[in-house]
Amino acid sequence: MKNKSKAFKQSFTTYALVLAFYLVCEIWLKTGNMSSLMEGLLVPLCYYMILAVSLNIVVGISGELSLGHAGFMCVGAFTGAIFAVTAGAEMPEYLELFIAIILGAAVSAVFGFLIGIPVLRLRGDYLAIVTLAFGEIIKNVINTIYLGVDVEGMHITMKDALSLNLGEGGKTIIKGAQGITGLPRNANFTIGIILVFISLFIVLNLINSRQGRAIMAIRDNRIAAESIGLSVSKYKMMAFVISAALAGVAGVLYAHNLATLQATPKNFGYNMSIMILVFVVLGGIGNIKGSLIAAVILTILPEKLRFLSDYRMLIYAVVLIAMMLFNSAPKAVAFRERLVESISRKNKKEAKEEA
Amino acid sequence: MSGADKNTSGNILLDVEKLGISFGGLKAVDNFNLKIEKGELYGLIGPNGAGKTTIFNLLTGVYKPDTGRIILDGADITGKPTIEINKAGIARTFQNIRLFSNLPVIDNVKAALHNHYRYGLIHGIFRTPLYYRTEKAMDEKAMEILKVFELDGVADYKASQLPYGRQRKLEIARAIATEPKLLLLDEPAAGMNPQETHELMETIKFVRDNFDTTILLIEHDMKLVSGICEKLTVLNFGRVLKQGETYDVLHDAEVIKAYLGD
Repeated sequence: MKNKSKAFKQSFTTYALVLAFYLVCEIWLKTGNMSSLMEGLLVPLCYYMILAVSLNIVVGISGELSLGHAGFMCVGAFTGAIFAVTAGAEMPEYLELFIAIILGAAVSAVFGFLIGIPVLRLRGDYLAIVTLAFGEIIKNVINTIYLGVDVEGMHITMKDALSLNLGEGGKTIIKGAQGITGLPRNANFTIGIILVFISLFIVLNLINSRQGRAIMAIRDNRIAAESIGLSVSKYKMMAFVISAALAGVAGVLYAHNLATLQATPKNFGYNMSIMILVFVVLGGIGNIKGSLIAAVILTILPEKLRFLSDYRMLIYAVVLIAMMLFNSAPKAVAFRERLVESISRKNKKEAKEEA
Repeated sequence: MSGADKNTSGNILLDVEKLGISFGGLKAVDNFNLKIEKGELYGLIGPNGAGKTTIFNLLTGVYKPDTGRIILDGADITGKPTIEINKAGIARTFQNIRLFSNLPVIDNVKAALHNHYRYGLIHGIFRTPLYYRTEKAMDEKAMEILKVFELDGVADYKASQLPYGRQRKLEIARAIATEPKLLLLDEPAAGMNPQETHELMETIKFVRDNFDTTILLIEHDMKLVSGICEKLTVLNFGRVLKQGETYDVLHDAEVIKAYLGD
């Protein structure tokens, strides 16, 4: 059916785009022309892409504005990091990373579920504000936690490192605001891209499934959705939990790219949540491919503009506005459609002439 | 159901008794009784603000009644949530069209097939054979329903791209897809021209005859009401004014007075 082939084409081009991006970067890297600055950006690019895709489930597919996405990323990062310095420390590095990702996703999903219970009772602006609050709470609570382990097991406190009362040979894992140190740093670009692919696979297949259809139906008209027997709370929760789990995966990747993990406002605060939201909005709400492109451009751009020093943020803002207009201004959209149409007509004509 | 019950209520699909609801001090619906037999095409009419849509909202669980009972096919559905009532067998359309406007036409219907064609989330994400089998069956069923409403040609269009009359039809198609025992149509002919209204009448009759369902409709268009409804209930100020065969009701002095004034 035409409908199905269209969906297939959409998914296919998205996968192809990521694959092309990966190959270009790999070749660039292998030929040795990539600056160390760009090289350092490769893994961040991956987790930003995953975050953009995962937030798009809530904002685009489910139609709820969530401003606390960095909170779930934070949960995933700390889960993965705790595992890496404890049970995972002795494991082969890829096995460790694999288990850390599963754990990070699972724990974030649990947090998503628990936070979803009160949050999803709200709608619109109220939901946005409460998610913002929960995101900040997660970050701030983790910032005050001290966690240690000795022969007796885990010790946890919110006072200071001494109050952990660790026994002989005990080891502090989380040192409050100083966070977790001694992380393996075993994430790399290839693993990041594989995770991007897995996230895309989950999200794109979800959209084209019975469950995704229910989520989108509820987004479009809640009352009508109930009238045909769709459970609003169930499917809103499903979207929220899957989104949180994927943000957790991004967090694990983030943690495994650093030697020291701290919960600072810069990395897990609302600035981060807003930035992810900007990826989604800029790429077109509900447009998975668009949010990937936006994530890449808006991550590389500030770095590339460093030579402009003070004018950097000015240019960044101008580009942001230009992209927004290009993506959603009605005239720009119409222009793009005309462009695509004229190209496809030309192609058809040429094909006919050849025949 | 016992044998004795069958004799008294065997053919009754919907049995509403003493239904009432007030908003603040206003009794929007008061002491409303209604019996609809299986396979009937029943009309609910009345002047603006008489409480017709409120009754639909009570029947579908949007509002919970203050008093009274609603029995559907022998099962008490009074005060149940909308989702449960839909599963029990009532589907509806809305006075102001409520489609899933960003979804394709076919997906509007497929969303309504949700509870009849099932597979788990894992099957959906990993695209197991069950996924393909079920989706194929859903596509076929949805197209079959769309064909009845002559919407099969626009199955891939976004619902919001359809003209008004076809959006109304799509809403009925979506309601039918949930395989309801009772279909509630809230002003199906609102905003349609005489030609479209005539087509709609044919469609409604066809639906009743071919989908094994019973229809209760709210309508202002008297041509449509007298043309297809077998029985009528006239509502005025939240109370039943008159109930009975269409012809008798429409020629009743009180009913004419309620509509036209003294």
